[in-house]
Amino acid sequence: MVGVSPETIKGEIDGLRGTLPESVLKELEGSLLRVSKEKAITRKQLDDVFGIVKQAYINAVVEPGEAVGTIAAQSVGEPGTQMTLRTFHYAGVAELNVTLGLPRLIEIIDARRTPSTSLMTIYLAGKLAKDKNRARVFAQEIEATTVEDIASQTEMDLINMEFVVTLDRSRMQQKELAPARVASVVREVLKVEASVDGNKLRVKPGTQTLSELRRVAMRVKGVSLRGIKGINRVVVKMEGDEYVVYTEGSNFAETLALPGVDQTRTVTNNINEIEEVLGIEAARNAIINEAVKTLEEQGLDVDVRHIMLISDMMTHDGKVKQAGRHGVSGEKASVLARASFEVTTKHLLDACIRGEVDKLDGIIENVIAGQPIPLGTGSVELVMRRGEKGGRG
Amino acid sequence: MVELDVRRHVLVPKHEILPAEQAKEVLEKYRVTPHQLPLIKASDPVAKAIGAKPGQILRITRDSPTAGRATAYRYVVEG
Repeated sequence: MVGVSPETIKGEIDGLRGTLPESVLKELEGSLLRVSKEKAITRKQLDDVFGIVKQAYINAVVEPGEAVGTIAAQSVGEPGTQMTLRTFHYAGVAELNVTLGLPRLIEIIDARRTPSTSLMTIYLAGKLAKDKNRARVFAQEIEATTVEDIASQTEMDLINMEFVVTLDRSRMQQKELAPARVASVVREVLKVEASVDGNKLRVKPGTQTLSELRRVAMRVKGVSLRGIKGINRVVVKMEGDEYVVYTEGSNFAETLALPGVDQTRTVTNNINEIEEVLGIEAARNAIINEAVKTLEEQGLDVDVRHIMLISDMMTHDGKVKQAGRHGVSGEKASVLARASFEVTTKHLLDACIRGEVDKLDGIIENVIAGQPIPLGTGSVELVMRRGEKGGRG
Repeated sequence: MVELDVRRHVLVPKHEILPAEQAKEVLEKYRVTPHQLPLIKASDPVAKAIGAKPGQILRITRDSPTAGRATAYRYVVEG
């Protein structure tokens, strides 16, 4: 018995693009091709299979009017009650700590501007990723180091009107910084005289007044000697066959612009930075990834579609909004809906003062009013056309 | 400092500007007005990279964990 050819199968699958989703088509094509190698599939069998798959898909699709928002909220909320507030375990790297579990999930959904523990995962480009030493050098270069980090002591010398910084030799050696270099950076940044005298860095301001000296003293400690602002600690780790750099603290924009950085894969857990640098769609994906990661790490299995819905709602208007009263929930048109969510009296009072009208269009308001809700069954209104005898009219 | 093309990043899906004809079709297909679509700001890094102006509609083709591939549309607004 001659069966359909692989070309026919592929052609038919192509014809179904648009009717069925990609993932279904891919799996179907794979299965059909695999089976057709062992056993001939007749044309009729092929058509039957397509018919069954199409019907199964239609049955599986969510019905219009389904309360997906409520379902999503419950699906994420219920596992939330099982999340513990335990300590961090950042996969083998003992020094880095990251917020995990419930606090992290709350940060994500609240669209907090900066996470309590920022973390960047920097992938290196090309050969740099395989070279341990060069990776280490890169890591050292981006770790933010200020004068304060290499000073063991500071004091104001009022006799000579100088600010004296005692340099810690061992720390300087560790960071591979030379005193002369420190002096030149201070000189350049603060526009003052700076000279090295043994272990001491003497900084002399231009104007020899006490107030100027004090001012300079405060600023000297913060002078950045090396590294990117915001990046506090850097660790290099081997992942698979490449070296990956993890940083505590995040400066996404500046890091991506560095030579040697893989601009396609480097990420951060700071959603706000992703939105600023990569755009709203990337932020949407980042929210989903972070939420999924957080839940998975706790051993919870929430279907991704619920998280996708929440992320879609948060990024609907082109910028990341929190799910709470300063974001999505707070922007509802209905007074009653907002009042039933949080800060009840404020919403009711403001609405009365302004003479606001609640159109009772949404779910919550209709529940409060005791009317059928515009969802599911209530999303349809029936009208009777009178005066026609049976059939179409 | 190296130039960054945001479109190459793994987190960024494909954004395309729809010509006026197709934009109208989309609005008709879903029976919506432009503002009822999801929005994207004109200052969005990807919008800027493809030269999108307020009033245009973008087609975004994402890799979806549930459907393999999914298309979404965003209306470009000022800001």
